[in-house]
Amino acid sequence: MIEARELTKDYGEKRAVDGLTFDVRPGIVTGFLGPNGSGKSTTMRLILGLDRPTRGHVTVNGKPYAQHPAPLHEVGALLEARSIHTGRSARNHLRVLGQTHGIGKQRVEELIDLVGLHEVANKRAGKFSLGMGQRLGIATALLGDPATVMLDEPVNGLDPEGIQWIRTLLRGLAAEGRTVFVSSHLMSEMALTADHLIVIGRGKMIADTSVADFVAGASKQLVHVRSPQGAALSELLSGLGATVEEVEDGMLEIGGLSAEAVGEAAAANSIVLHELTPHQASLEEAFMDITRGELEFGHSEAAV
Amino acid sequence: MSAVTVPKLVFRGGVTLPRVIRSEWTKFWTVRSTYWTLFVAAILTIGFPLLAATVISSHWGQRSPGDRAHFNPLDPALVGSQIAQLAFGVLGVLIISSEYSTGMIRATLTAVPKRLPVLWAKTIVFGSVALAFALPAVLIAFFATQSILTRHHASFSWHHPGVARAVIGAALYLVVTAVMSLGIGTILRNTAAGISTFAAIFFVLPPLMDVLPTSWNNAISPYLPSNAGRAIIQLHGGSGSLRPWPGFLLFVGYAVVALVAGAFVLKRRDA
Repeated sequence: MIEARELTKDYGEKRAVDGLTFDVRPGIVTGFLGPNGSGKSTTMRLILGLDRPTRGHVTVNGKPYAQHPAPLHEVGALLEARSIHTGRSARNHLRVLGQTHGIGKQRVEELIDLVGLHEVANKRAGKFSLGMGQRLGIATALLGDPATVMLDEPVNGLDPEGIQWIRTLLRGLAAEGRTVFVSSHLMSEMALTADHLIVIGRGKMIADTSVADFVAGASKQLVHVRSPQGAALSELLSGLGATVEEVEDGMLEIGGLSAEAVGEAAAANSIVLHELTPHQASLEEAFMDITRGELEFGHSEAAV
Repeated sequence: MSAVTVPKLVFRGGVTLPRVIRSEWTKFWTVRSTYWTLFVAAILTIGFPLLAATVISSHWGQRSPGDRAHFNPLDPALVGSQIAQLAFGVLGVLIISSEYSTGMIRATLTAVPKRLPVLWAKTIVFGSVALAFALPAVLIAFFATQSILTRHHASFSWHHPGVARAVIGAALYLVVTAVMSLGIGTILRNTAAGISTFAAIFFVLPPLMDVLPTSWNNAISPYLPSNAGRAIIQLHGGSGSLRPWPGFLLFVGYAVVALVAGAFVLKRRDA
């Protein structure tokens, strides 16, 4: 369980996180979504106490992170920025972190096996590929058997098999009753793994909702229609109050009318249709739509 | 793909200072820079004096009676430790600055979010290693050089007044240098800045004093960290330096200030 209240962080003049209030609940995967630079990583650093908030506060499992006697048992984190000494082997990296909590060698070996790094565990971490580094980061996050798992862009640099592995892992962690908080700048990735979404842009909260509600709320009901009498159809539908836009040669995109209404209106006026398709905006489009508005707002604000 | 389940962990307590010390001990011995720096320090502390004593011994016949009378057998014995402080200073800065340059500090402070135990543990680990390394090294350097010089009756026995204090003092000087550089590294968080600052304080500042008017130089020089610390290595407190123990205590004071300032920065600033 993560509880943030009015969380705000300024770096000099720049406000990176702006009054975020949200809860991340156990038992489900919560996606933390926003464009690059929107404040996701900063928020995670604030949760771990690596950075001190300018205003507001955040607790993990009821207490500020630093006040837990065994912090790695509360939160396991993978940060986006590499957090590994490049000269130390993967095995020794896990050992030194475990030793702060009295976690022994056997646990370290279990995690090396879990993430599939057995063959390279004695190699210096600086020689690791991006994907191997991510796997080591995930092993680090799970070292303390944490109640809350927080991963910043975990699929970055992973091959398709690795991405599949992460999705399965996240679902499994949530099913075990853990709190799972995972950030991404890719809506499509979140659609596959997350149950709940926290969407931010320019450090501000945009949406805190279930994935299904987010898609339904953000997507416009659109109809794609193709007709040899395009001009007449366009005029007819505009007359009914719909928005009409020619998206490609001969293809009209109709907003504000259902596919049934478009078909019936065309039939009543003897207009031939070659294609009539209801079009649900994709998650990525919904996300782009909602964050674009936020970015434009930001730009106009900056221009004043 | 089969489900991935994280094996359960039986937890025994949380973060304690002894555990953080253990972690820092493992950290210290699991990077290559440790071995390189200690190897260089060993060469400097033991090898350099042996070389110096051998050269002095082979040219002894060419020395004037005045030179022979003024010869201090401790000079070749402890010349290496004067240079080895560079190795200890560099390692002290690196122990913390390398965590910032690689990003390891984020993992470290996530495991130990109270932060200060990390600095105390690093101090204890590096201080003990420095002592365990420097003390035998200066003793070997002392006895080896004196055995070379003894054939010219130009050596000191261990019981000569001030000798034991000066030789052990040379090791203590290295330990305090190590701790002070760790403090400097913690304040600056950057390898280049840390090593430059360390070198400026220990190697650049003292000769720079010579450009000052003599009266100023004499008033300031003895109080510079390295000069104050080195008072313990002098056999006889000269006119231009503090007495051995007051000087050394002042040096310890400088190291404590650097460490406390480092602790303040570590605790207060964003990682």
